[in-house]
Amino acid sequence: MINIIWLGFIVIGIIAALATGNAQAVTDAALDYADVAVELSIGLVGVMALWLGLMRIAEESGMVKALGNALKPIMKFLFPEVPEDHPAMGAIVMNMAANIFGLGNAATPLGIKAMKELQELNEEKDTATNSMCTFLAINTSSVTLIASSVVAYRAAAGSANPAEIIGPTIIATVASTIAAIIAVKLLQRLPVFNKTEKKMVEKN
Amino acid sequence: MFVKIMETISIYAIPLIILIIPLYGFIKKVKVYEAFTEGAKEGFKTGVMIIPYLVAMLVAIGIFRKSGAMDLLVSAVSPITNLIGMPAEVLPMAIMRPLSGGGASGIMNDLFTTYGPDSLIGRMASIMNGSTETTFYVLAVYFGAVGIKKTRHALPAGLIADFVGLITAVFVTNLMFN
Repeated sequence: MINIIWLGFIVIGIIAALATGNAQAVTDAALDYADVAVELSIGLVGVMALWLGLMRIAEESGMVKALGNALKPIMKFLFPEVPEDHPAMGAIVMNMAANIFGLGNAATPLGIKAMKELQELNEEKDTATNSMCTFLAINTSSVTLIASSVVAYRAAAGSANPAEIIGPTIIATVASTIAAIIAVKLLQRLPVFNKTEKKMVEKN
Repeated sequence: MFVKIMETISIYAIPLIILIIPLYGFIKKVKVYEAFTEGAKEGFKTGVMIIPYLVAMLVAIGIFRKSGAMDLLVSAVSPITNLIGMPAEVLPMAIMRPLSGGGASGIMNDLFTTYGPDSLIGRMASIMNGSTETTFYVLAVYFGAVGIKKTRHALPAGLIADFVGLITAVFVTNLMFN
């Protein structure tokens, strides 16, 4: 799936550029965005180090485990493959809390931390597990209570009531999160995405 | 009231977390400074680990955007989106949203300038932007950090979530503000 979409972006983009005589734009975009990608990655290092450092303290003090335990029933439903007292549970809870309160800077490093914990439980290191896909889908559905950056942009643009979009945004984000959970739980059963079946096919 | 509470939480959350975690650790007899630096070491490794994934993703998206293919897609999809009550002006932002957070915010601000943030178009763009995420970026960063190459159903599920978020945003906006 990701191979096809990735190739699709490039092939369709370049064909469109050639058809419209826009080849220079492709060259510029390719080089510019490669630069931007490195800037973004390196830009993460500082915040990343800060949160991973704090997370290590929280882990050693037993705080992360306690957080995971607090939301046990929901977490067990969402991530049945993860053992109840595994540190991944706490890391996932912390990432979700950061997302809900709109702490974007903290959410990404905490999410990566959670992914690393989930990777510990993964037997095929290059293939995503069900739990990883569930976690990613919930993250991309943006479980947020206050879309703080949107409110800020609206205020800057001179809106009479910049915060009026908060209620409707919560409704839409709840709908997309529910859709994400239903989608992963259904899709993970499909043979195309099924991990164990794929392994068997490769063995044959 | 709700907004005030949430704003207060957003302002004080990070200072409180930075205070409480080390303090609690100290009480539990963790060597806080040593633990912090031990954990922080991974920061650089993770940043570097993400680079190839993010380069692959952003270059492909960049080519798609700047080549004019994006505009072609918009004109192809607009007859359908008109039917569900999404103004054609908002469509480019809806398509941009999963691809590029900065790109989507750029289009949103452009719509604010042209139509005003309190117009139906401005409100719909705001709600869409707030209720969905930059799926391709999140996927590249999260999976890149642990070296996952076979992403299985993560992308389709994420895109379904984006789609439902966008459609709900259209309906809710039309219901509340139209």
